[in-house]
Amino acid sequence: MTMFEAILLTIATAATPLLIAALGELVVERSGVLNLGVEGMMIMGAVSGFAAAQMTGSAWLGLLAAVLAGAAFSLLFGFLTLTLATNQVATGLALTLLGLGASAMIGESFVGLPGIRMQSLYIQGLTDIPYVGKFLFGQDPIFYLSIFLTAAVAWFLFKTRAGLTLRSVGDNHTSAHALGVPVIRIRYLAVLFGGACAGLAGAQLSLVYVPQWVENMSSGRGWIALALVVFASWRPWRILAGAYLFGAVTIGQLHAQALGIGVPSQLMSALPYLATIIVLVLISRNKRLTLMNTPTSLGKAFVPDR
Amino acid sequence: MRIELVRRPQHSALFSALSPFIALLLTLIAGAILFSILGKNPFAALYSYFIEPLTEIWSIHELLIKAAPLILIAVGLSVCFLSNNWNIGAEGQFIAGGIAGSILPIVFPDFQGWYVLPIMLLLGMAGGAAYATIPALLKVRFNTNEILTSLMLVYVAQLFLDWLVRGPWRNPQGYNFPETIQFNASAILPEIWTESGRAHWGFILALIAALAVWFTLSRTLSGFEIKVFGRSARAGRFAGFSAGRLTFFAFLISGALAGLAGIAEVSGAVGQLRTSISPGYGFTAIIVAFLGRLNPLGIVAAGLVLALTYLGGEAAQISLGISEKSARIFQGIMLFFILASDTLIYYRIRIVSRLGDTAAKGA
Repeated sequence: MTMFEAILLTIATAATPLLIAALGELVVERSGVLNLGVEGMMIMGAVSGFAAAQMTGSAWLGLLAAVLAGAAFSLLFGFLTLTLATNQVATGLALTLLGLGASAMIGESFVGLPGIRMQSLYIQGLTDIPYVGKFLFGQDPIFYLSIFLTAAVAWFLFKTRAGLTLRSVGDNHTSAHALGVPVIRIRYLAVLFGGACAGLAGAQLSLVYVPQWVENMSSGRGWIALALVVFASWRPWRILAGAYLFGAVTIGQLHAQALGIGVPSQLMSALPYLATIIVLVLISRNKRLTLMNTPTSLGKAFVPDR
Repeated sequence: MRIELVRRPQHSALFSALSPFIALLLTLIAGAILFSILGKNPFAALYSYFIEPLTEIWSIHELLIKAAPLILIAVGLSVCFLSNNWNIGAEGQFIAGGIAGSILPIVFPDFQGWYVLPIMLLLGMAGGAAYATIPALLKVRFNTNEILTSLMLVYVAQLFLDWLVRGPWRNPQGYNFPETIQFNASAILPEIWTESGRAHWGFILALIAALAVWFTLSRTLSGFEIKVFGRSARAGRFAGFSAGRLTFFAFLISGALAGLAGIAEVSGAVGQLRTSISPGYGFTAIIVAFLGRLNPLGIVAAGLVLALTYLGGEAAQISLGISEKSARIFQGIMLFFILASDTLIYYRIRIVSRLGDTAAKGA
């Protein structure tokens, strides 16, 4: 395996959790809901996935558990913000705080255990193609799922009637309600999808990226995923581009640290966070562009006045 | 069966007052259930969580030590949250304050005297405020979402502290431990009642800050501006208030108070800088702010409650073998119940059955 190929592969591994979590949040935000609990749902997915894989010995069951845990956890957020019309920002924060705390406690007995890694694909002949073989045909299943999800979300949002309805709910919930669209039900489904995606992203962390459980192992990736949605101006394929850009920054700084180029390692570790801030500033500077793309009802609670 | 909200014509004063207590009660019930699931006697667990730490005087001192940073930070956050500025990076501003305030005792340890401490506290406030200016500036100037930027800066501050303490500020005589030198006596925030326990003047500073912010919010024009903007930014603009100026004001106040909390903690409770100086005070303070209903005086009480969960977690670990991490679950659940109870202030809750007959519930 060449150096080039190795870097390409690690970038994909670093980008995949960001991509999946951001895609989920994209659908949530397109329906007009801002769920700041991505980090919490992700870490719950990571710990549930790891725990289930440990107990059953199957990475696939771990993945399933992570998706279910993320979705179940998002339902908590949904019940508060959609049924009880609580403040979405505060509720999302609560979800993150609870997720970080609960995962730390659940995972306490799993710290230090060797994990179960999800098997990578191998196709005789294809995987051995030089340079791109391993990237295209030799990765873990979650990678392929992430690419499929990008295409599926893009198709759903912009090519189907259901996607149009979901976007209409996000752009003007009052009009959508007047037209007879079940606003709350659609938002519940979107929030559930977002939770499932965040859980899946968490499973990627604890079953593929670093197959073990470490407290706080999501280390802000849920928040970076939220930033990616803004960066991508709520478009799926741009999220893919953004996630790989961030993956490249993450891997680049790791390689720079390994080479020991004389810059403090902490500065290198801070690069993904600093890059997030810079990218957000560059995108939001253009006020018209942001206004044009942001779902108009984003973050506003909806209570039907019958 | 379906839950439906009916908007109240006016918000309910009764539930405004009751909602924090409903939330606390529900948290206790949820905690009891959680402990039962873990196979512990729920009453014994709740006792060691919420009563045991209050039975001894030294432990009440520890309570005040933990409450001080929570109250200081949360009081500042209330100004932000009331004016719709979502500063969630208080943890970073706390660290920035701790670092800035430590410059004097670490870089100039020979500089001693009564004036050292006031300078340290001022530098701490300046450090926190300067760090909070970054998300404020980006929000006002470039329209950048302050939630994400302020949070990203937490990670940056943590890494910067880590670098300082392992690198340039490491104690040369410290056997390579990642710690700075111990502060000299004139750089230590004194204890309040030395005879009975360790509680330091940080708690008094917290009470002063709470009173000052309460006064500002309830008795001055700036306080009025903040509340108008919180309710409706449009109304604020029509009244001729400047949104940008208000954002800076809110971030500066909350940054300064978080920074003060940081240096008070470093100087009063730790006595040196380490790679980590906060068990998540900046995030727990968000819960404190909401439990105190964004009222500085309510926040003093709420800070004591949340501080109790930290101590209770330690007590429950020692006496019952429950992980002290259960405290963070308690804190998270509490915020959920607070937010859910607040719904009762603005809405009546109706349970609607599928058949169409309705049964009203709630006042």
